[in-house]
Amino acid sequence: MLTLKCPFTGAMLDETELHCGGEAHRKRFGPGSSDEDFETYMFVRENRKGVHFELWLHAYGIGKWFIAARDTETLEVYGTYPAQTTEPPQDIKDAITAKRPGWSWREFE
Amino acid sequence: MKHYSAFAVAREALRYHTGWERAWRSPEPKKRYDVIIVGAGGHGLATAYYLGKNYGIQNVAIIEKGWLGGGNTGRNTTIIRSNYLQDPSAALYEKARGLYEDLSQELNYNIMFSPRGVMMLAQTQHEIRGYQRTAHANALQGVKTEWIEPERVKELVPIINIDGPRYPVLGALWQERGGTARHDAVAWGYARACSAMGMDIIQKCEVTGVRSENGRVVGVDTTKGAIDCEKLGIVVAGHSGQLAEMAGFRLPLESVALQALVSEPIKPCMDVVVMANTVHGYMSQSDKGEMVIGGGTDGFNNFTQRGSFHHIEETVRALVETFPMISRLKMLRQWGGIVDMTGDRSPILSTTPLGNCFINCGWGTGGFKAIPGSGWGMAQLMATGHSPLTEAFTMDRFKEGRFIDESVAAGVAH
Ligand SMILES: Cc1cc2nc3c(=O)[nH]c(=O)nc-3n(C[C@H](O)[C@H](O)[C@H](O)COP(=O)(O)OP(=O)(O)OC[C@H]3O[C@@H](n4cnc5c(N)ncnc54)[C@H](O)[C@@H]3O)c2cc1C
Repeated sequence: MLTLKCPFTGAMLDETELHCGGEAHRKRFGPGSSDEDFETYMFVRENRKGVHFELWLHAYGIGKWFIAARDTETLEVYGTYPAQTTEPPQDIKDAITAKRPGWSWREFE
Repeated sequence: MKHYSAFAVAREALRYHTGWERAWRSPEPKKRYDVIIVGAGGHGLATAYYLGKNYGIQNVAIIEKGWLGGGNTGRNTTIIRSNYLQDPSAALYEKARGLYEDLSQELNYNIMFSPRGVMMLAQTQHEIRGYQRTAHANALQGVKTEWIEPERVKELVPIINIDGPRYPVLGALWQERGGTARHDAVAWGYARACSAMGMDIIQKCEVTGVRSENGRVVGVDTTKGAIDCEKLGIVVAGHSGQLAEMAGFRLPLESVALQALVSEPIKPCMDVVVMANTVHGYMSQSDKGEMVIGGGTDGFNNFTQRGSFHHIEETVRALVETFPMISRLKMLRQWGGIVDMTGDRSPILSTTPLGNCFINCGWGTGGFKAIPGSGWGMAQLMATGHSPLTEAFTMDRFKEGRFIDESVAAGVAH
C-alpha cells in the first residue's frame, strides 16, 4: 500500500485516505486552443516507466491537493509538495537525479 | 507440426510419450523479416497468425522480452463477452467471440472455450437503464443478449443473494454464448500455429529501439541485435508508451495495475460467469473448482505487476455480500498485470505517425475476449492498409473527438 507524506501537515497518509487525481504538471488548454494542444491536455500522458508526477487529494482529511514525485517501476516516493507549484522543488529533483540520472519529463511551466 | 488427436494420444501412450515434439521452435533471429510483431501476447500472436493465414505473409518474427503469453494474456480472468454498447465495439468483440467458438478446431489446440453464459448484474436503477439500453443496442447489432429479471438470476445462480442489504440484484444483462477460455492455451495455440507456418517466435529478446529512415520504419534494435523489417506491429499492452516513445510518437494511454485472485478448489457451485460492476467484482469457477475473482484497477500509475492490498479487500468484501457462501474460502494466489487504459476505454488499432508502423494497444482491462477479432482486423490493417473492423479505432480519434465511449456504458469492463 502506498504511503505519502502530507506536505502541509507532515502526516503520513495511507492510500485509503487519498484520491489520485492523475498526472500532474499538465498545461491546461481550453476552448479556442488547437486540436493538438487540447488532445495533449485531455488525453496524452507521459505514462513513464520510472519517474512520475501525480496529483493526490487528501480526501478523508484536510481536503487539499498535493503532488507526489514517484517511481512507477520501483514504487519509491521521491517526495511530495503542494499542488500550487508549477515545478518540483530542487531537493526533489536532486533526489530523483541521484536514483535516475538523465530522467526527463515534458517541460515544466 | 504433428496433428493432435485422440489417435495421437493413444499412439504416444503406447510408446511412453516419447514422440511428442515441441509445440513451437525457438530460433535465433534472422537479419530481416517482412513483418516484425513486438509482443508475444495473445494480440501479437493472433495478428501474426492471421497475417500468415489470411494474407500469406509468413516471413514474420514475433519478438517477446519475456516468455510468450507471460503478460496480461496469462494473467486475466478469461471472461469472453461481446455485449458492448457502441457499434464498432460490438462488431469487433462479436467477431472475436464468433472466432472463439471453433478456435480449438481451427488451431488444433484445445483452448477450452466454455460458452457458459455471462451475467452482468444490475444493482442500481442507473444500471437497469444502462443494461436495458445495451440489450436494445445489441439486438440492433445482431449480438444475442437479453435482459433478465432477478428470479431468473437466482435460477441460474443459486448461490447468489439477490436481496442483499446494500445492493440488491435488480436484474441482469445475460449473454448466453459468452463465457471463458483457457488463456495460456490461446497464446500457445496461436504460437504453435505461427511456428508451423515458419514464423519465428523469439523469446527473451527485448526491443530497445525502433529504427527509421525518411519517416518509415526499417527495423528494430533488440537485446539480440538489430533486425530489419518492412512493417512493424507494436502489440505490447502496458508497455505501449515505451515503444511509442522509441518510434517517436506519444499515446493517450496510462498504465495501471489490475489484480486477480483464485480461491482453493471447491465442488462445482456456479456454472456461469457473474459480473457485478457497481461493487467492482466478478467471479467464475474454473474447471479445477477454484473461484476466479477479479475487481477494479488500482488508482495510480504502476508498472510493478503487483497491486494494492486494499483493492482486493474491496472486491472480496463486495463479493462476500453477493455470494455469502464464499465468506470462508481461502485464497490461494493473487497477481497483477499492467493494463493500458485509454480515455474512452476502447482500444487503439491504428496506423501511426511513423510510416509502416502500426499499433494495437489500449485493451486495458478487457482485451482477452477480443484476441481473435483483434488479430483478424490488425492483420488486415497491416497487410492491406485498411480494415472495416479497426477503422473506428484509430489513435487520432482523441484529437477529432470521435470517442468510442464504453466507460460510461459498462462502468468497468472485462
Ligand atoms: C488481472 C487481469 C484480469 C483481466 N481479466 C480479463 C477478462 O476477464 N476478460 C478480458 O477480456 N480481458 C481481461 N483482462 C485484459 C487482458 O488480459 C488484456 O487486455 C490482454 O491479455 C492483452 O493482451 P496483449 O497481447 O495485448 O498484451 P500482453 O499479453 O500483455 O502481451 C504483451 C507482451 O509484450 C511484451 N513486451 C513488452 N515490452 C516489450 C519489449 N520492449 N520488447 C519485446 N516484448 C515486449 C510483454 O512481455 C508481453 O508479453 C485482464 C487483465 C488483467 C491484468
